[in-house]
Amino acid sequence: MTDLLSWPWYVAGPLIGLTVPALLILGNKSFGISSSLRHICASCLPSGIPFFKYNWQKEIWNLVFVLGILIGGIISVTLLSSPQAVNVHPDLVQELAGYGITDYSNLVPVELMNWESLFTARGLIMMVGGGLLVGFGTRYAGGCTSGHSIMGIANLQLPSLIATVFFMIGGFIMANFILPLILSL
Amino acid sequence: MQKPTYNNADLEVRSLDTMCVNESALEHRWYHNLKYLTVGVFFGIVFIKAEVISWFRIQEMFRLQSFHMYGIIGSAILVAMASIFLIKKFRAKTIYGEEIVFHDKKFNKGQIYGGLIFGLGWALTGACPGPLFAQIGTGATAVAVTLLSAIAGTWIYGYFREKLPH
Repeated sequence: MTDLLSWPWYVAGPLIGLTVPALLILGNKSFGISSSLRHICASCLPSGIPFFKYNWQKEIWNLVFVLGILIGGIISVTLLSSPQAVNVHPDLVQELAGYGITDYSNLVPVELMNWESLFTARGLIMMVGGGLLVGFGTRYAGGCTSGHSIMGIANLQLPSLIATVFFMIGGFIMANFILPLILSL
Repeated sequence: MQKPTYNNADLEVRSLDTMCVNESALEHRWYHNLKYLTVGVFFGIVFIKAEVISWFRIQEMFRLQSFHMYGIIGSAILVAMASIFLIKKFRAKTIYGEEIVFHDKKFNKGQIYGGLIFGLGWALTGACPGPLFAQIGTGATAVAVTLLSAIAGTWIYGYFREKLPH
């Protein structure tokens, strides 16, 4: 009875993979989440930018889908047993402790991502800066982990494989070389 | 039934951006979208129960300290790949009887530059766009700032799009 609260990868991965045929069969929809950010721009602040001038109402399904993800989060923590302390590699625990990160009670590090830390250089870079990189990068790349890494590669698209390789390269660079500097701030 | 108002150039742009190009010729009432809500809810629950949305798990992945995330992404791709293969082989139809169509993606340099930029943001925030929504749902309300920032990032891309190398 060690870790029943956290699902193993071989349960979660296939379930996530099944989202692809589910969306296709339910209505011919290609799996992709970062597009939702574009639809929000198009619906709220198109500002005459050609990239945001399209019939976003036709893509409302995508916004409903991400709303579902948010509700899924609420259900998980309220109705299902809430996640326990994340059990990670001891090396990571040791490394993060060096930056004063010791609270594993939440899935996000509460010591880094909270409203107060927005007013620190570290928090501002991570939350605002990180968000900008995610939003800008996914659209520039034409998709994110769902659209490229799962849907794209599963449909044997070489551009998606290339994008995924660069997702990983960017992640390795940030996690190993840049993040330590930011966490030391 | 409404005729699609997009011209070919527009379709090109849209497929470039992995927008839904599989436009249904059918017009549905709003409540048909509830089925996507349901899929989203299940998806969000899996995210959380498997700690996919955990900043710590993402750090572990990029430090090669755990197989967890690689197993999830890898097995998700394999299951999706098998599903697409079967859909194509048996020419499966949607629940409305429409033919399921796939669109090829074209390579452009954005997948390299944008990919790198997203990768940096992924390791920094510990989240891709999907998990951002799930994280907020778990009560990490400050992540709403990250989400708004990501929306702003998308907007900035749209603004400078023509000036960026693709």
